Amino acid sequence: MSILVDKSTRLVVQGITGGEGTFHTYQMIDYGTKVVAGVTPGKGGLVYNGSDQYPFKKPVPVFNTIADAVKNEGANTSVIFVPAGFAAEAIMESAEAGIKLIVAITEGIPARDMVKVYEYLQSTGARMIGPNCPGIISPGKAKVGIMPGFIHKPGTVGIISRSGTLTYEAVWQVTQLGMGQSTCIGIGGDPIIGTRFIDAMKLFKDDEGTEAVIMIGEIGGTAEEEAADYIKKNFKKPVIGFIAGRTAPPGRRMGHAGAIISGGKGTAAEKMAAMKKAGIHVVESPALIGEMVKKVLGKKVAKKKVFIISKKIKKSKIKSKKGKGKSKK
Amino acid sequence: MKIHEYQGKEILRKYNVPTPQGGVAFSVDEAVKVAQSIGGSVWVVKAQIHAGGRGKGGGVKIAKSLDEVRQLASQILGMRLITHQTGPEGKIVKRLLIEQGISIAKELYVGITLDRAKSQNVVMASTEGGVEIEKVAAETPEKILKETVNPSIGFKDFQARKLAFGLGLSGDALKNAVKFLMALYRTYEETDASLAEINPLVITTDGNVIALDAKMNFDDNALFRHSDILAMRDLDEEEPLEIEASKYNLNYIKLDGNVGCMVNGAGLAMATMDIIKLAGGEPANFLDVGGGANVETVSNGFKIILSDKNVKAVLINIFGGIVRCDRVANGVIEAAKQVNITLPVVVRLDGTNAEEAREILANSGLNFAVASSFEDAARKVTQAIHN
Repeated sequence: MSILVDKSTRLVVQGITGGEGTFHTYQMIDYGTKVVAGVTPGKGGLVYNGSDQYPFKKPVPVFNTIADAVKNEGANTSVIFVPAGFAAEAIMESAEAGIKLIVAITEGIPARDMVKVYEYLQSTGARMIGPNCPGIISPGKAKVGIMPGFIHKPGTVGIISRSGTLTYEAVWQVTQLGMGQSTCIGIGGDPIIGTRFIDAMKLFKDDEGTEAVIMIGEIGGTAEEEAADYIKKNFKKPVIGFIAGRTAPPGRRMGHAGAIISGGKGTAAEKMAAMKKAGIHVVESPALIGEMVKKVLGKKVAKKKVFIISKKIKKSKIKSKKGKGKSKK
Repeated sequence: MKIHEYQGKEILRKYNVPTPQGGVAFSVDEAVKVAQSIGGSVWVVKAQIHAGGRGKGGGVKIAKSLDEVRQLASQILGMRLITHQTGPEGKIVKRLLIEQGISIAKELYVGITLDRAKSQNVVMASTEGGVEIEKVAAETPEKILKETVNPSIGFKDFQARKLAFGLGLSGDALKNAVKFLMALYRTYEETDASLAEINPLVITTDGNVIALDAKMNFDDNALFRHSDILAMRDLDEEEPLEIEASKYNLNYIKLDGNVGCMVNGAGLAMATMDIIKLAGGEPANFLDVGGGANVETVSNGFKIILSDKNVKAVLINIFGGIVRCDRVANGVIEAAKQVNITLPVVVRLDGTNAEEAREILANSGLNFAVASSFEDAARKVTQAIHN
């Protein structure tokens, strides 16, 4: 099983005819994602086959508006590749058209625009992932984003991360150790994002196909602490955590707009302490994420086995009791 | 982006936020001229650097005559100002702000920033002005009043009134404080600021409300629509290597260690710094070559890392998603040919086309240590330092 994206995902790509849009649509179709439409205002009516360098396996109809893509192709999920200056508008257009899951890849959207987008999304009930994120993938089912598909493998580990390439790193470690992923969500590196750790945790909680969750945070904000508090109270599955930026100096924006220690808040040490307190298996080294998952799941498997064996023993005891009873008769 | 106090006050004046009369001076003569044009009998001479704590460091002085303005200006201009925010090396003062003296009745605090937990802006006010607000927040959080701004209605008069009453103001001071807060919020919103902090906000003896200090930071992502603010960038306040890197669209931050690193993606770049430290080394920098890395950006990154003289070894850690590893490998080789590399270089490439990339590196004839894993990379590069 998985969360948010799967075989029922019908994707519309906003900014499909642009360079990034073309390349990643090509990759997503290749992965098996149902890309049902593209939107580029002014290019409605075009049947897009990709570029010479990146020819689509299947042509994609292009529409002028998201509303048209929803009406004609039944799109239920959108992915956004439009430039930062127009991205806020693109997100709102998707939400207004009734799209329920909006994945915003675009980096560099001004916070002032995102404050308004966030408020608007609350009123429409649409879920946004990102912005400034790699997207979301349920291995073997659907890839909505820019992550390299081949590093993933279907499995039972959920991954939530603020980073892009660091997520790939964790995915790769899990895959190489013979495990796989249920769904991986890159929630994005901006101060304002649509889906936070806590929101994704809630979804993984109810997903039967997810046995354990990896949570990869970084410096800045308090989202990791909030999630840790939730996990402590409500989340029974094992969680493996890592926080990037222990060596980051305060007051400096470490690439991501949201990765900054300001006013003494948002340090890696604080976050790791809160996570440990919540029972999360925190790893100090980013190279040990996969190994910790294996260790934790291995324990779980072992426990299960013990449980099954004890059940068998009980059964056999009952049987033998019954047998004894019979013999008495 | 950060700007100087005098620039912040220039912006505030445009939005009718009351500030003391004053002007910038780049020389002692200019300082005296500014003081003359302001008039009066008391002036404040303030060092303009981007760090806080200037007063404690001796960068803010009061002058009671034009001669004293001249004397203090010559003393502060060119001094090495050390505060808790500059680090031990301090900052050379190259600009002064000369302002009229203000008769203060009360010192308060006002700040506007983004509340990330709520995804909304928050206007904060406190009676504890003039001190470090982080300290107030940690020790007596009840002394910080907060009004969250709903983006669909904006910051309203009633919220400004709640804050002003909460600060214990009345009469003219109350009315002026409400006006002040409304104007300050408008400034924050329209300039795409990420922080507008007035500490202290002063109530003068005649009931005026004035921004005695002004700290404004701006959202880097929104600078494309504020060329006037972008023009306020002071390159003297930035690390020369960081300026150089920004010309190439590289995200570089200089640190104090000796292991240079070049990584794609901010999260992985931070994690690489962390793992270097865990392996017993010290990262020399943060460098994210980003998603659009090509031969040019990668080789530029190389040049920047190598021009930091503290760097004793370089670790390249690329996980290929959008950036294909073969492209990175070609960039590394190209750069190695352009720059004369004598330092040990450890390369770790994984992801899209990683095997081709390793082959390209192996056949390049250049002396790169190719790492088999993330951990192996950190180990190899710290070993190289200790050898």
